[in-house]
Amino acid sequence: MNPATCASTRRATSPQARRFNRISSRIIAALFMLAGAAAADCASAAEPATQPDAARRSELITLVRQDCGSCHGLTLKGGLGPALLPEALHDKPADSLKATILQGRPGTAMPPWRRFLTEAEADWIVTNLQKGFPSD
Amino acid sequence: MKPLQFVKTALLAAVLALAGCTAPALRGTGDLGVVIERASGTVQIVDTTQLKSIATVPGLGDLSHASLVYSRDGRYAYVFGRDGGLSKVDLLKGVVERRIIQAGNSIGGAVSQDGSLIAAQNYAPGGVKVFRADTLELLADVPAEYGAQGQRSKVVGLADAPGNRFVWSLFDAGEIWVGDFSDPRAPRIDKYRNAGREPYDGMITPDGRYYLAGLFGEDGMAMLDMWHPEKGLRRILDGYGKGQEKLPVYKMPHLRGWAVAGKYAYVPAIGRHEVLVVDTETWKEAGRIAVAGQPVFVMARPDGRQVWVNFAFPDNGSVQVIDVETRSIVKRLEPGRAVLHMEFTPRGESVWISARDDNRVVVYDTASFAQRVVLPAAAPSGIFFTTRAGRTGF
Repeated sequence: MNPATCASTRRATSPQARRFNRISSRIIAALFMLAGAAAADCASAAEPATQPDAARRSELITLVRQDCGSCHGLTLKGGLGPALLPEALHDKPADSLKATILQGRPGTAMPPWRRFLTEAEADWIVTNLQKGFPSD
Repeated sequence: MKPLQFVKTALLAAVLALAGCTAPALRGTGDLGVVIERASGTVQIVDTTQLKSIATVPGLGDLSHASLVYSRDGRYAYVFGRDGGLSKVDLLKGVVERRIIQAGNSIGGAVSQDGSLIAAQNYAPGGVKVFRADTLELLADVPAEYGAQGQRSKVVGLADAPGNRFVWSLFDAGEIWVGDFSDPRAPRIDKYRNAGREPYDGMITPDGRYYLAGLFGEDGMAMLDMWHPEKGLRRILDGYGKGQEKLPVYKMPHLRGWAVAGKYAYVPAIGRHEVLVVDTETWKEAGRIAVAGQPVFVMARPDGRQVWVNFAFPDNGSVQVIDVETRSIVKRLEPGRAVLHMEFTPRGESVWISARDDNRVVVYDTASFAQRVVLPAAAPSGIFFTTRAGRTGF
């Protein structure tokens, strides 16, 4: 993650909160939490992220399809958890999505996956979810 | 004439023998079952006596989180797919006899007491739909609307109850609804509000009397006495977490009537690596058993002597066996990577366990814990035997 991305994420927080204002105070609270988490990531993410290699990518695909799929569906069209298809995620800030994966969403059923994923792996998952996740 | 007569008799015998070869052998379905192959949209039909697969049926759509119920004669399996598909599979012919898409996102179903109705529980659009079991004709659509704006809730924990009733829980609304489908085109719906936050699944006791909803958002379960629904909901196991922070839950547990062994029910604790023991006479906690991870399925062997437990990611490579007399773990098995489900044979001498990431189903002897057979299957998930056909809540 480079500093420019971090800065733009912080600037984007306020308009996002305004956009979601009508929906519910819970969503707004969650957004602020995510923005805070993204900012914290920025402070610590000094070294460049390494891309997962082919073998690890294959494991990540299984993890997302099968284990995230427990709640979000094998085809990622949603279940107990929301859909993770490109049309649902493409306009969401990547840093917020990454923070949700790594840290979970307190107060919901979304658990933190930090124990099992590096920052770079979470980045790779977010990038691929936003453009259409590979099948295998 | 005698030689000619002999030839005629021989020919007739040959024709009869050939006819005998082509006619299907008569058989029952009591020792058959279905294994879901979640990634390929197929199911295997298995024979639990011969310990083998007898057919593979394709064309069932998206089978992630698929489940099924049986017709009361044990011949047909009604398979509910994630994509809203409801397929009626003929176990004897090994074919899909009928298939409809009844919703956008579905999670399971139930069969009515008299076997005439199939109910589907749906996430999107949230609600319950009821169909004729023979034709899959839609009879009733009950949207899970709640709140002032009429939002739709995801439906979980659908169970059949005596009197051609169905009971289900609303995940988003925290409500339990009871539908009386005696007149299936004009059901009577009773709503019980304030069941608790985020019911994740539900079950009915094997006698059909008590409906329990497990809560994800609170420590406790909501209970409804179906003999006395007028008394309303009762909270049980309240505060079992004792205010401690929950461990993360990487897969929601599942509840069914298999939880009951003798006078006790064995249920997963949410966010704790424990099985809770509940006395079904007082509905008070009677104990807790430490296990190897977040329990997903906590299933009593049909004789109630053992309770088998599998776990959520990342502890999903093993299965533990609890002895109910000592409430201790007597065995830990490792059937393969990503154990998703278990099913006991009708009287429990064997258990079939699916290991998704090793593409196999492993069958164990439940007395000696010896492996009886390993069967190949493509990413197997749920295993369902026809014994369910005669059981309330399955």
